[in-house]
Amino acid sequence: MFGMPGVHPRGSKNTQGCATQRIPSPKTVEIPLSMHIGKPCECLVRPGDVVKKGTCIGGGDAYPSVPVHSSVSGTVKQIADYTTASGAVVQSVVIESDGQDQWDEAIVPPAVDSREGFLKAVRDSGLVGLGGAGFPTWVKLDVKDKPVDYLLINFAECEPYITSDFRTAVEDTELVFEGIQAVMKYTGAKQCIIGVESNKPEAVKLLRERADSLPDVSVKVLKAKYPQGAEKVLIHSLTGRTVHVGKLPLDVGCLVLNITSCAFLAAYLKTGRPLVERRLTVDGCVAKPGNYLVPIGTSIADVLEAAGGCTQQPEKVIMGGPMMGLAVPTCQTPVLKNNNAILAFSGKMSRQREESACIRCARCITHCPYSLAPAAIDRAVRAGNVQALLELNVSACMECGCCSYICPAKRHLVERNRLGKQMVRDYLKKEEEMKHA
Amino acid sequence: MHKLLVSSSPHIKSPQTTGSIMLYVIIALFPSMVAAVVIFGTKAIWLMAICVISAVASEALARFLMKRDVGTVLDLSAVVTGLILALNLPVTFPLWMAAVGSAFAIIVVKQLFGGIGQNVINPAAAARIFLLISFSGQMTLYVTPFRPDAIAEATLLGILKEHPDVVTGNNYLSLFLGNKAGVMGEVCGLAIVIGFVFLVATKVIRPHAPVAFAVTFMGLYYLMGKDGLYMLLLGGALFGAVFMMTDYTTTPVTDWGKIIFGVGCAVITVLIRQFGSYPEGISFSIVLMNILVPYIDKWTKRRVFGTGREKA
Repeated sequence: MFGMPGVHPRGSKNTQGCATQRIPSPKTVEIPLSMHIGKPCECLVRPGDVVKKGTCIGGGDAYPSVPVHSSVSGTVKQIADYTTASGAVVQSVVIESDGQDQWDEAIVPPAVDSREGFLKAVRDSGLVGLGGAGFPTWVKLDVKDKPVDYLLINFAECEPYITSDFRTAVEDTELVFEGIQAVMKYTGAKQCIIGVESNKPEAVKLLRERADSLPDVSVKVLKAKYPQGAEKVLIHSLTGRTVHVGKLPLDVGCLVLNITSCAFLAAYLKTGRPLVERRLTVDGCVAKPGNYLVPIGTSIADVLEAAGGCTQQPEKVIMGGPMMGLAVPTCQTPVLKNNNAILAFSGKMSRQREESACIRCARCITHCPYSLAPAAIDRAVRAGNVQALLELNVSACMECGCCSYICPAKRHLVERNRLGKQMVRDYLKKEEEMKHA
Repeated sequence: MHKLLVSSSPHIKSPQTTGSIMLYVIIALFPSMVAAVVIFGTKAIWLMAICVISAVASEALARFLMKRDVGTVLDLSAVVTGLILALNLPVTFPLWMAAVGSAFAIIVVKQLFGGIGQNVINPAAAARIFLLISFSGQMTLYVTPFRPDAIAEATLLGILKEHPDVVTGNNYLSLFLGNKAGVMGEVCGLAIVIGFVFLVATKVIRPHAPVAFAVTFMGLYYLMGKDGLYMLLLGGALFGAVFMMTDYTTTPVTDWGKIIFGVGCAVITVLIRQFGSYPEGISFSIVLMNILVPYIDKWTKRRVFGTGREKA
């Protein structure tokens, strides 16, 4: 099988050996009611309400959506406005913790005996793709009558620094396999492949030992290369199948699930405890880099504090990995369901170099997993040439950032790609309106 | 509260810069520079120095007059152009003419078209042609290797041009090491190949264009019943293939494009050498193919993943 191109940034998996530690319960949490791709939840609580850990605070029937639960026990202080990464303003619930961390007594393990029951349980669990995408898992697992040839477990963890999936594989190995079996049972998946990058031999050994007893589950070692864990890249690497632009993995008989999502699902089916905390890799200029179990809604400042505080004043704080993560404007930003890392950088790591002229070296083209031509897109965006952008298929770009990473002229190529995608969207919308006018 | 820097991902960048790439090219040229001094004496140093100084000064002057950022001179690209042009000159070449050629390469061919990354044709190749046409006598005044005072009548290619049936000694090794008359950088094949291996190993260039050139070039000569390897070792074939057919700005971006470029250069060079009035045609072929690059890029555009026909 011919591998897709990519880049090889330094792995920096410094925290691989750091077992997960629970952080001290935060005094307050701010829980946005939209931590997923889709419609925001309706707020189910009012200031003054007493909630427990796991109490549902956001719900409703909007589609696609997924409920949100309180991550502490305490009192609702305020319903605030929260600006999401995409700029939308949604509600968030600010809860003052009573320090007791008591689980809601109403929580019982879900009774699951049918596909419908399973999907309802996944929905109620509040699960979204924990690898970073944040797509509601129950929507993804609702395969209708489409055949599922492969359930692919995404354990590439190709972003530098992040090791939270690695800790899941090592600490919750049994849960991973229970999750796999549940998903296979209710989606009718014929086969399961766990895709692991070659830089995690310890996890490969553990997973292989367990998978050996299961005839339809296998572990496949992939070349350590960014972005090996991008959905369409992973599908291509594991099955050789191509998901066309505008199509879904299910259209080629594949279902991709992040390994941590899978382990969480199994835990939920056993306990009924919804997604209110998650494992985060904290690295960069902190005293104690490591993996921490963090209640959702905890502010980044509290997380950094729990990791021993910063050794230097951070100049840039990233939610997620350095390749695709989001630089946050303030440390008051809460941890979301789909965050897998907090990286605090200072000095050289946080600085951006100025752009210089493109020298046509073609590195952006040869390193693009999708064979796009970022340098040409850059030119077309600056010229405002939408026709050229359409011809260049800019909409296929997944914004992995390989082009910007590799560019010797330090051009902000992925930024231009995003702009180009927006220009195409605006243009197509206008075309559509013209047609109907 | 302390302000945080917000910027688009990715937050890490590869350490490579335009300047570091140019530095690698200079390192790759180093064996050829040493060979030039060993074979043709210390005059070679003066020629290289004057070309580099003229190129850098011209770049700074042009950028200043055009009210553009003069700081880009530090990216070393003008140094590379100056060195490549110097290595394309015979050691007897007058210094002031070399300075004029270097200035022509930078000001007319590079900066007037918009500077680095924007020029249509290879500055060094264009400047070589400019000098060949302007100062034909000086450009073809060669000396015998290792004897800087002895003026050689002509290069082996020149001799072949006058007497196509003359049989010259085919001592490949001696030719490869640089024991022949010619311009400073082209005579020592060994130094050029060392530079090539270095550039490919450090992934500064892709080998497609030079390899496509060499294979096509030798193949055409063998088809004509001539000694292809011998012809490859003569003239500027190797130097042009390694250092001028791999210039980023003036060659195609895709691998197939680079192959077409190399093949095209080989065909044109052979045509000029066999049927043209000039004994050598490397710089002409490179410049002609440079002009075709936008079309080659268009023909060889790669299909984007997940577009096109779906398999049933």
